[in-house]
Amino acid sequence: MVDFGGWELPQQYTSIRDEHLAVRKVAGLFDISHMGRFKVTGAASHDFLQTLLTNDLSRIGAGRAQYNLMCNEAGGILDDLVVYWAEDGFYVVVNAANRERDLEWMRGHAPSTVEIADLTFELALIAFQGPRADELLPADGIDDLPYFGFRAGRVGGTDALISRTGYTGEDGFEVFVDAGHVGKVWDEILAGGSAKGAVPAGLGARDATRLEAALRLYGNDMDESVNPYEAGLGWTVRLDKGQFVGHDALAQVKRDGPKRSLVGLKTAAGDIARHGAAVRRQGRPVGTVTSGTHSFFLGHPIALAMVEVASLRVGETAAVEVRGREAAAEVVRLPFYRGSARSAAVPAQS
Amino acid sequence: MAGRLYTKSHEWLTLEGKSVTVGITDYAQSQLGDVVFLELPNPGRKLEAGEAFGVVESVKAASDLYSPVSGRLTAVNDKLAGKPELINSDPYGDGWILKLELAGEMPTDLMDEAAYTKFTESNS
Repeated sequence: MVDFGGWELPQQYTSIRDEHLAVRKVAGLFDISHMGRFKVTGAASHDFLQTLLTNDLSRIGAGRAQYNLMCNEAGGILDDLVVYWAEDGFYVVVNAANRERDLEWMRGHAPSTVEIADLTFELALIAFQGPRADELLPADGIDDLPYFGFRAGRVGGTDALISRTGYTGEDGFEVFVDAGHVGKVWDEILAGGSAKGAVPAGLGARDATRLEAALRLYGNDMDESVNPYEAGLGWTVRLDKGQFVGHDALAQVKRDGPKRSLVGLKTAAGDIARHGAAVRRQGRPVGTVTSGTHSFFLGHPIALAMVEVASLRVGETAAVEVRGREAAAEVVRLPFYRGSARSAAVPAQS
Repeated sequence: MAGRLYTKSHEWLTLEGKSVTVGITDYAQSQLGDVVFLELPNPGRKLEAGEAFGVVESVKAASDLYSPVSGRLTAVNDKLAGKPELINSDPYGDGWILKLELAGEMPTDLMDEAAYTKFTESNS
């Protein structure tokens, strides 16, 4: 068990390798209740979120979710999050380590007519992810749920909000359920799925699968010193929607072009480049590794690195620091692996 | 197993005549998580007790390996190059790491199984 933002979470239930491969081939069940869950209500909720976040909510509607960023005035990323547009308000799911800071920031910017409730401790969240998640989740009426769509339903007989979202690159679902019932729902999902190869999956498998899919991890690949364009998340910044916190700074970054960018690196067996490792190009330092692990699925180590813009191009060789020496790293296209996520249903986001 | 001894840096060893077999403990492998690679020296090299001789790389971190005794390296487990997961699945058997020919005396600070179990419990 490891401490993760004050939550005790398993690195693995049995083995990171087995859990990782199960997510890619069948399905894995993750407890992600450590993530912060807020509900934003009040007539001005929509306008408030539009002026607080970078993405444009008018591109979705009720029953749809959107990946979004919250930035400071300087355009630095405060958090990445998902907004769920429900009939009676907006659910916002944020990173565990940022929950308290986010809540303070949001309340500090909210007009008096907007209420922001922290539901983290009463509403649990679990994720069932994998190419067979659709078939194995004990719920009706999910086949036609689009990617980034969600609806109220029942999972294993318990009332839940079912969302076709995730953090693994695979098709799958995130299930919001009363904290008091989550154990039962967890057991129901595995009761049917385990005979087909579905397994409980821990943080290790979650990190490996998200990294293969090149999904950014807050605190590793981005923080307040990084802007969305540098993080490769410029597609979530909709400058034309009107004013929002960070708008002018981000417009400037877009005009000038970002100074850094995230690239993918592939290294030889055993050469795992870890967070903070230096990256060089022909002897010249160009950046640092932000996330790195061994990919059991791809059979070699992979890493994301934040480097000087245009210093490394796909196909080129860089040098990366591994255990105090330099190892060769090939610059590769992102994502490292494209899972079943978008093939299962039409993406809501353009 | 009777006769297996342990270090504070979580290696185990057994002694047969002058031949010492070394691996990492079940506790160590469970803490490391899935092992993906080992960096090991070539046979023939002389090691001092307490000397770092290699690295075990798991998904979580890279950790140094320390020789529990002084001696000459006579063999490394070749199977680990292709199947590093043997460290996890069979740390006291097929997951052995290397064999040394003992030079001089056995160190006096090694623990037996009961003492090592107590040591890991007080550390966790």
